[in-house]
Amino acid sequence: MILKLKGGKVYDPANGVDGEVRDIFVQAGRIIEAPREDARIAQEFDCSGMIVMAGAIDMHTHIGGGKVNIARAMLTEDHRHAVDHHGHHHAAPSTLETGRRYAEMGYTACFEPALLPINARQAHLEMGDTPIIDKGGYAMLGSDDFFLRMLAAKEDQKAINDYVAWTLHAAQCIGIKVVNPGGISAFKFNQRKLDLDEEHAYYRLTPRQILKSLAQAVHDLGVPHPLHVHCSNLGIPGNVDTTLGTMQAAEGLPVHLTHIQFHSYGTEGDKKFSSGAARIAESVNRMKNVSVDVGQIMFGQTVTASGDSMAQYRNSGLANPRKSVIMDIECDAGCGVVPFRYRDQNFVNALQWAIGLETFLLIDDPWRVFLTTDHPNGAPFTSYPHLIKLLMNRSYREQAFESLNPEAKAMSTLKSITREYSMYEIATMTRAAPAKLLGLRDRGLLGVGAVADIVVYRNENDPEAMFGKPACVFKDGDLVARDGKIVKEKWGNTHVVKPEFDRGIEKSLRKYFERFHTMTLENFKIADDEMREIGNGARLCEHVTRHRAA
Amino acid sequence: MTEAELDFTCPFCGLACDDLRVRVEGEMMQIQANGCPISERALRTLSQASPIALSGVRLSGAPATLTQAIDAAAGLLRSAAQPVLAGLATDIAGARALMRLAERIGAVTDHMNFGAKMRNVLTTQDRGWITTTFAEVKNRADTLLIVGSDLATRFPRFFERLITQADAMYTDSAARRIVYLGDPAKARASRAALGPRLEVIGCDNEQLGEVLGVLRMLVSKHPALSGMRLEHVGGVAALQSLAQQLRAAKYGVVAWSAADFEFAHADLTVQRIVELVKDLNKTTRSAGLPLGGSDGDLTANQVHVWQSGFALRSDFGRGHPDYDPYNNAASRLLERGEADALLWISSFNETRLPPPADVPTIVLGRADMRCEREPEVFIPVGTPGVDHAGHFVRSDKVVTMRLGKLREGGSPPVAQVIAQIEAAL
Repeated sequence: MILKLKGGKVYDPANGVDGEVRDIFVQAGRIIEAPREDARIAQEFDCSGMIVMAGAIDMHTHIGGGKVNIARAMLTEDHRHAVDHHGHHHAAPSTLETGRRYAEMGYTACFEPALLPINARQAHLEMGDTPIIDKGGYAMLGSDDFFLRMLAAKEDQKAINDYVAWTLHAAQCIGIKVVNPGGISAFKFNQRKLDLDEEHAYYRLTPRQILKSLAQAVHDLGVPHPLHVHCSNLGIPGNVDTTLGTMQAAEGLPVHLTHIQFHSYGTEGDKKFSSGAARIAESVNRMKNVSVDVGQIMFGQTVTASGDSMAQYRNSGLANPRKSVIMDIECDAGCGVVPFRYRDQNFVNALQWAIGLETFLLIDDPWRVFLTTDHPNGAPFTSYPHLIKLLMNRSYREQAFESLNPEAKAMSTLKSITREYSMYEIATMTRAAPAKLLGLRDRGLLGVGAVADIVVYRNENDPEAMFGKPACVFKDGDLVARDGKIVKEKWGNTHVVKPEFDRGIEKSLRKYFERFHTMTLENFKIADDEMREIGNGARLCEHVTRHRAA
Repeated sequence: MTEAELDFTCPFCGLACDDLRVRVEGEMMQIQANGCPISERALRTLSQASPIALSGVRLSGAPATLTQAIDAAAGLLRSAAQPVLAGLATDIAGARALMRLAERIGAVTDHMNFGAKMRNVLTTQDRGWITTTFAEVKNRADTLLIVGSDLATRFPRFFERLITQADAMYTDSAARRIVYLGDPAKARASRAALGPRLEVIGCDNEQLGEVLGVLRMLVSKHPALSGMRLEHVGGVAALQSLAQQLRAAKYGVVAWSAADFEFAHADLTVQRIVELVKDLNKTTRSAGLPLGGSDGDLTANQVHVWQSGFALRSDFGRGHPDYDPYNNAASRLLERGEADALLWISSFNETRLPPPADVPTIVLGRADMRCEREPEVFIPVGTPGVDHAGHFVRSDKVVTMRLGKLREGGSPPVAQVIAQIEAAL
């Protein structure tokens, strides 16, 4: 059965296609060459006057796992509000609503960035119950005691690489993330802050050492996605220096610094809080080994859910409504859930908003800056269309800027930035670039052989309306949403990477599990056939490492 | 008859121990290593019950085929104006199937343990808390305060696995201080397990709120207490020493089981516990350890929360979940005649029976379950971890355990029966 998308204006940055009018043919879930003239076309969609892109990919969104479900359980009032407002801007949506809202907006793959290996089953079960979209997770390491013990004992990098690879297999993940390197563990020892070169009270290790070792492991193993880094000192004025130091600490190895807005704060001005966006952007523009996603904030109610228990405890006094959950977790990690309400008349919040936009606009290369709100930490993902409009439309942005807290306005250079993102750049940062960064070779693009995750937009003058309700969304070649409404529900795939490693590492792991853990090593690991059960029968897509690709 | 010795992950209390060894001979199962009174009893009764499963499907007490029972169950649910899905002691797959059914027929959801669990749920929804998990307790806790809960009876291997025999990374297991505060009767089993190592400070559980309030004042050195010579005040001296211990601890854990707080407004007692923990964290590290998870109460609730956004005791009758932990209690709806059909699920424990009710009742239970009133439909179901594989959420919530399968030929899983009922609607 062949499907034809006729005469749309195609934006496919992976193939250098910038708004050319083309036909796209789909068969058996993939894009195919134009068939012979006499081939039967089972279904044709007239896309003339419309814009065609690959399905969007959110490379950093908290959609599954313990902390997300804690946020849901805590925020009864948020769900009631969403029920009354038809799911509008829901901070902690259910799995079913998450999949549906993402698909309605033309997103076809989402990646949970803070999957605790010990909590991997739950995270995959939740993502398994998230319909339509594809999923994947980044396993969190760097505050887990097995790793810290290895590093403190100065074991070779090779053994650490084996442990990192073993974790990717056991937790069924596609990347590795480090959150506040060593800091989650340090908080359990009553340290309240851990700067880049400060020592962990017990292990005598610094975040710099932890970061270097993990970035090296990810690189050596050939995992496509660089080490995903949530820097030290989240939210602390002056942390821009820590963040710039973290870029240096990678020593040229590829690193992705996430929700960088929360890590770009200076200490200038009367209130000792200022924008570090220009300094951050200057470094990112210069250092080609660094990519970032922004973690834009939007005004209104949301909830912050993070593995960074140290930072979340520190911020729990700012909770709105006044409640929070902080957890120490299983000699593996931690988490903190703190509801937040960002206000445009609050000096700090208003400046945070401006810092995020400055970051987007000052980084030149759309292949290395990604569109995120760190859902739900900066704002719910449903605010993406609004965010895209702020990037594409300068006068709209300036109008929004005018209504901010006046002191914050005086501290931002946003008004002097004239840049407007083009359609091609938006397609790059939301499709081609995240697919490339994650090593998804047949997604995020529209060439022959690519998976038929395709979105057709009405070419409206208002990007918010356009990106909010695409005309058609195809997932694996099936029409799943039309005019912003779901028309077909199915289960998406799970993306993983499984680098080769020496299974001898299980010998020391087994001993460690027997002595200190509360489950056996065998039960910790998730097998492939169990993943199918977890994912409601969905497929496991294994992506090749850089070694094998070469 | 085939014979084998297998690893077993036990789903019969919230600890979900996975180090058991079980000898299986046909349908008979015997624990060879790491059993406890709860797991021993469960596998013994399940072994004895197995032959009954063969002829267990009943319609109003009369033997019937599975197809007849499925059709009858679907008919009862279809014609009900306000069906209630309760009990809900099942695995993740069972809970997933029940969510679909609840949405489809507009049912109210409730778990057999939710009355106890609600005390914790309300606390997190109101103020939140700081908590920890098993491996942190085992490797880090230098002080354990148990508040009013009979941990040794509810979780028989709690002390053995996490406190006394534990090899710990950061603390000396033998030197941990263990204090019990609350109803002395609920400390008896723990005392028997721990001996004189357990220090008991007695008070009625209903008074725990006030006692914890005093303890919080002592911990935070409230100005109102300055200059008072509290060592002469009966009972307060013990609390003062406890306050000092908690402040001096590097990682103090405060554990409780909400099921042991059987009095009105017990959620406020839980709130006092977690506020005590918050006070301690101003200067040192401390964490709460809410214990539960038995009968799959956390399992059902976790799935409910991620699929609907709300905790159990939600009403799906209006096309969206309507969460009301008071009004949607199954027992209340049945007592007041507001429900007109009950589907009761109990796949772990044959003694957990449906509440006596005068409405058409469908029971999906263990084959050896005997209800006080014979239900209109009885369908025997397998026990997760014994008759079929599955997933189970452990007490500390973070860990979802993989359950295996011990024997062949058992009754079908809850998920399968629910899916068949749904298909027959």
